[in-house]
Amino acid sequence: MIAIQNLSKRFGKLTVLNHVHLACNKGECIALVGPNGCGKTTLIKSLLGMVVPTEGEILFQGKSIKNDFAYRKHIGYMPQIGRYPENMTIGQVITMIKHLRASETDLDEELLEQFDLQSLFDKRMGTLSGGTTQKVSAVLAFLFNPDVLILDEPTAGLDPLASETLEAKILEEKQKGKLILITSHVLSELDDLVTQLIFMQDGNVVFHKSMEALKVESGEKKIAKAIANILKQQAA
Amino acid sequence: MKKIIPFIVLDILKNKTVLLYTLLLAAFAWSAFALEDNSSKGLLTLLNIVLLTVPMVSILFATIYIYNSAEFIELLLSQPIQRKTIWTSLFVGLSLSLVAGFLVGVGIPILLFAPPDVGLMMLAVGCLISAVFTAIAFLGAILTRDKAKGIGISILLWLYFAVLFDGLVLFLTFQFSEYPIEKGMVAISALSPIDMARILMLLHLDVSAMMGYTGAVFKDFFGTIFGLFLSFGVLLLWITGPFLLSLSRFKHKDL
Repeated sequence: MIAIQNLSKRFGKLTVLNHVHLACNKGECIALVGPNGCGKTTLIKSLLGMVVPTEGEILFQGKSIKNDFAYRKHIGYMPQIGRYPENMTIGQVITMIKHLRASETDLDEELLEQFDLQSLFDKRMGTLSGGTTQKVSAVLAFLFNPDVLILDEPTAGLDPLASETLEAKILEEKQKGKLILITSHVLSELDDLVTQLIFMQDGNVVFHKSMEALKVESGEKKIAKAIANILKQQAA
Repeated sequence: MKKIIPFIVLDILKNKTVLLYTLLLAAFAWSAFALEDNSSKGLLTLLNIVLLTVPMVSILFATIYIYNSAEFIELLLSQPIQRKTIWTSLFVGLSLSLVAGFLVGVGIPILLFAPPDVGLMMLAVGCLISAVFTAIAFLGAILTRDKAKGIGISILLWLYFAVLFDGLVLFLTFQFSEYPIEKGMVAISALSPIDMARILMLLHLDVSAMMGYTGAVFKDFFGTIFGLFLSFGVLLLWITGPFLLSLSRFKHKDL
């Protein structure tokens, strides 16, 4: 569904992405992990067209996303730190995005109800706590029933209850056969969700493996340990 | 585009700066006409005030607004909307709000006190100048990520067009006063939208008779229909030029 070919991004002299090749297919739930500053967010932002790559191409359903924008209606994006116009209320932001998308598909307002955001509709975005802002981002990402979900650190800043709600929602969407791309530092929470794992370091993709292969190769059940083992093997 | 502009205009109106700007302009305009006994003099006073405040408020407000909309732009970019649409909507929304502020503030007294032909011309020039400096603000704001630097660039640009350019022209006129430079002066005036607007207005007021030989050459040029259209054309170029330049940069900007 998404094919990344030879993608590079340089900010001045700093190389953030270095000839990245990746292929992501429908029904997969992919975890994008790696140390801070390894290029995860830049990769995601390139997928969304927010960062213009220096080199290489990204194909979405076989079509290059360069100078295209319509493909974004198939993507739900939840940013790491959601930034919203401070003067708008939660209700206005959601109404505006609905209005802009004018989507024909049914809206998925399940999260909106589960997070009980309706009671906060009149609150201004500028006055919200980090967690509530994340909830708004999550609601917007899932609202239009997109085929692809890109979640950048989805549970960072959420309380345990909300985290659990969100994880259940991700699982539900995964079972519907959507492509889900998650980045996260908290590896344990990914254990029962992901089917594939991409490990990045210094702008390079170190490996891209399915979870079964990873577990067999490393002989570990937990993601964190499995990664550590693979890395040790590669270094040796 | 039609879907985004209402949200932007609504947001600007909530901001109250434009409201304050309107009230300020209204106060200037009413007092200019009330203090002068003939409307032509009142219009001249108002012209000077307008040509100083409108560019300044337009460029500063637009620059600050663009930087403050960073979140808004980011939010829209993750949606299926073209970059071109976002940037153009922002420009149209801002220009419309500033033009509306100008028209309400200055328009009512002008229509009441000034002769209609010169009055309407003044309003048209004011609207164009608002849009010109909004466009220049867009160009300044896209050049740098840093808000303080961006506002600095805006202030410098305004200072250049409002004050420094006149000084340069005066200097050149003195240096080359031995030569027949009158025709060249017409061309040079096109390099600053404020000067263009000022000359255009002055020549349609009675005071143009006091401008000597250069004034006569100007009158020969700007006084004709052709000159009038050409100068409005130049002002339109001052809007589209900077804006399109900023748009082409925005299309490749990393956010």
